[in-house]
Amino acid sequence: MLYDRHELRRVDPRMKPVLELRSLVKDYTGQRALAGISLSIPRGSFFSLLGPSGSGKTTTLRMIAGFEEPTSGDVLINGEVVNCRKPYERNVSTVFQSYALFPHLSVRSNIEFGLKRHGIADSEARVVDAIKLVGLIGKEGRRPAQLSGGERQRVALARSLVLAPDVLLLDEPLAALDRNLRKQMRAELKTMQRRVGITFLLVTHDQEEALSMSDQLAVMNEGRIEQIGSPEEVYLHPRSKFVAGFLGAVNWIDGVGVRPEVTRLARESQNHGSKSFPAIVTDSVFLGDCFQVVVRLNSGEEAVAQVHRGSTVFQPGEAVHVCWNPADEITVS
Amino acid sequence: MKLRFWFILPTWVWLTGLFGAPFAIVLAYSFLTRGYYGGVVQPWTLENYQRLVDPLYLRILLRSFIMAFAATGLCLILAFPAAVFISRSAKHKHLYIQLVMLPFWTSFLVRTYAWLFLLRDTGLVNTVLQRVGIIHSPLPLLYNDGAVLLGLVYAYLPFMVLPIYATLERLDPSLPEAAADLGARPWATLLHVIVPLSRPGIVAGAVLVFIPCLGAYLTPDLLGGGRTVLVGNLVQAQFTTGRDWPFGSAVSMILMLLVTILVWAFLRRESEHLA
Amino acid sequence: MYAVGFFAFLHLPLLTLAVFSFNSSRFTVWERFSLDWYRAIFRDPQLIEATWNSTIVAIVATAISTVVGTLCAYGLWKRGSRLVTGTLYLSLVTPEIVTGISLLALFQWIFRWLHWHLGLYTVILAHVAFSIAYVVIVVSARLRTVSRSLEEAAMDLGANEWEAFFYVILPALGPGIVAAALLALTVSFDDFVITSMVAGVDSETLPMVIYAMARRGASPVINAISALVTVFFGIFVLISERIRES
Repeated sequence: MLYDRHELRRVDPRMKPVLELRSLVKDYTGQRALAGISLSIPRGSFFSLLGPSGSGKTTTLRMIAGFEEPTSGDVLINGEVVNCRKPYERNVSTVFQSYALFPHLSVRSNIEFGLKRHGIADSEARVVDAIKLVGLIGKEGRRPAQLSGGERQRVALARSLVLAPDVLLLDEPLAALDRNLRKQMRAELKTMQRRVGITFLLVTHDQEEALSMSDQLAVMNEGRIEQIGSPEEVYLHPRSKFVAGFLGAVNWIDGVGVRPEVTRLARESQNHGSKSFPAIVTDSVFLGDCFQVVVRLNSGEEAVAQVHRGSTVFQPGEAVHVCWNPADEITVS
Repeated sequence: MKLRFWFILPTWVWLTGLFGAPFAIVLAYSFLTRGYYGGVVQPWTLENYQRLVDPLYLRILLRSFIMAFAATGLCLILAFPAAVFISRSAKHKHLYIQLVMLPFWTSFLVRTYAWLFLLRDTGLVNTVLQRVGIIHSPLPLLYNDGAVLLGLVYAYLPFMVLPIYATLERLDPSLPEAAADLGARPWATLLHVIVPLSRPGIVAGAVLVFIPCLGAYLTPDLLGGGRTVLVGNLVQAQFTTGRDWPFGSAVSMILMLLVTILVWAFLRRESEHLA
Repeated sequence: MYAVGFFAFLHLPLLTLAVFSFNSSRFTVWERFSLDWYRAIFRDPQLIEATWNSTIVAIVATAISTVVGTLCAYGLWKRGSRLVTGTLYLSLVTPEIVTGISLLALFQWIFRWLHWHLGLYTVILAHVAFSIAYVVIVVSARLRTVSRSLEEAAMDLGANEWEAFFYVILPALGPGIVAAALLALTVSFDDFVITSMVAGVDSETLPMVIYAMARRGASPVINAISALVTVFFGIFVLISERIRES
């Protein structure tokens, strides 16, 4: 079900992309935070901006929300240029990293806040729906201080979703949660997005998050987008060393990249179509579900292989052969 | 955001109108001449400032400085042990601080009057001393420099306690422990570790006490009985009985100048320390 | 040990005042318990009028300075201004007597053209002038605990700048504003030096009356007034602390 702000009618998905960024540049005194970002986000998708801190992903998010103005370039929402529009004039909503819940208001009042500001009457049903959606029935009367971290995040989500924005912006939403809760919320967020059909734009530095939740993701580095694609595309066919390394561990051997999980170790040289290099085992670390075996090749390069429990156990000092299927190679320009 | 402009505007109006404008007027007056009936007339002159160089007035200035200095020193000596005590007490820290601040919250006039009541010839101190037999006729405890000093110290003591206490609270507790571990006795630790490290608090407290004492008016007036003339009294006299507004303005300007220099020096020091 | 002596020094003078306000004798020799001096207060019309004046001035000045000061603190929180902050601090540091005479000079200068006179309103104006700085300091301190993303969240959800201030920031500031107002009230009620310079002939305040009486020599009536004032202020402080802690 797709929303349109005030009117709750179905929207034709063949309309213009819900969010478009055209050559966005942002300069601060003495520093260029964004060096030309261009993106087009399909309606109803779960899109992530992935990158290390300082890559400009949060700046991009804030520009879409309206808290920063681009130095040059355009932000388009539903085909309209919104550069000069204030945050309260844009139909996007932000879930802040700190959740930014209003401490003096109850859960219900927090969720109602945006509706009241927009002058939307008869919002009772929408509020109840939102509370149900995030699973906070029974806690409407509580104040933020009386909620757990996870509960607060749900309130922040409900507060933004109830406005049926064109895009929901999420600024590192899982960063403040502990590990187990994070895994749980990942699944929930994904399910939620599918249910409401609203376009989600997530900003994160955690590649696991981006890979597990997104329909598409953009990898950012130093103010530029290095690659856009589906999780599989970006992980299996990265177009630069940076993207390859940021999405996961990579072994660079003989000019190509091979991920540890497809790097195999064998006692004898392999011949059937795999590349094979002799090496010496330098270290073997037991990680519980597998061994991480570090080897040094004759060329001096180091490689890490993920070896499952149950197969041969490799000891430091052993002579082995490192091999992989050429189809698993990563070649970058 | 334009809105911010409107938010600060009322304050701006008030500051300009009721702080900036009066200041400018007084500055102007300090260069004018006393009118025949006590007003302010032309010609423009430097005479008022020249008069200040007269030993009579310099002595008043000097006495004010000495009084403020003495008050600050006494406050420091009295406040420091109290601050140390409060920061060391495990349980009722908050209560003690409240107790220190409580007198501050009561009326300044009342607190000054309290010493008037205690020190006068028929006051408590004299009555008790006479009853006990130490003296036979009342001591003139009031209406002198000592009474003024006592009044000032009493009034501004909390201002010295709080900054020192705040600094002590931020002190790393392992530092005095390390000193003891290295062989320092309690007194040595106090002298060589705690006092130097509480310097920011001491300086802040000193400034908070010195400046009001320098410009004190009420305390020397009530407790000094006209015999102790400090800068504040001098200024007030010119604007009331003395009817010499230009001269009073000049004295005020000098006082402001001294205060501003002190504050500026203090702020410079603080930012240097922070940098 | 030392601490006891210290706190005794701080509090005994006031306690003694209070104790002897119940003494029927003028002198510090205990005669008998008496409420005469308290009764004398309520029979003195000058005192009552002065107290009334002080109360009006304090309430009006506090109302104005709290509003102006809160708005200013908020404006400074969004973007600091060294000029405004510096001037505010300067107004705090200026000796009271200098503030007093400069305001007197200003009023007299204006009155030359307008033929007005000093009165209660000049006192109110003066009180607002020095109270603003206190309010800004207290509210600013409270503002520092408010996260900026709170305001952004409000705007993100559809509130404009003014609505964000009114519906989100102001409630979050609540206790801070009350504390600032109480501070302004006590400072205003207690002020003598500045008030004495700018008050009109008919607009005496309580501190002015107390001062005049004290100048003539100590009197137990002053003791009684002092005790009442102290209790009054004390209650204020307690309320302020309670609110600040919430």
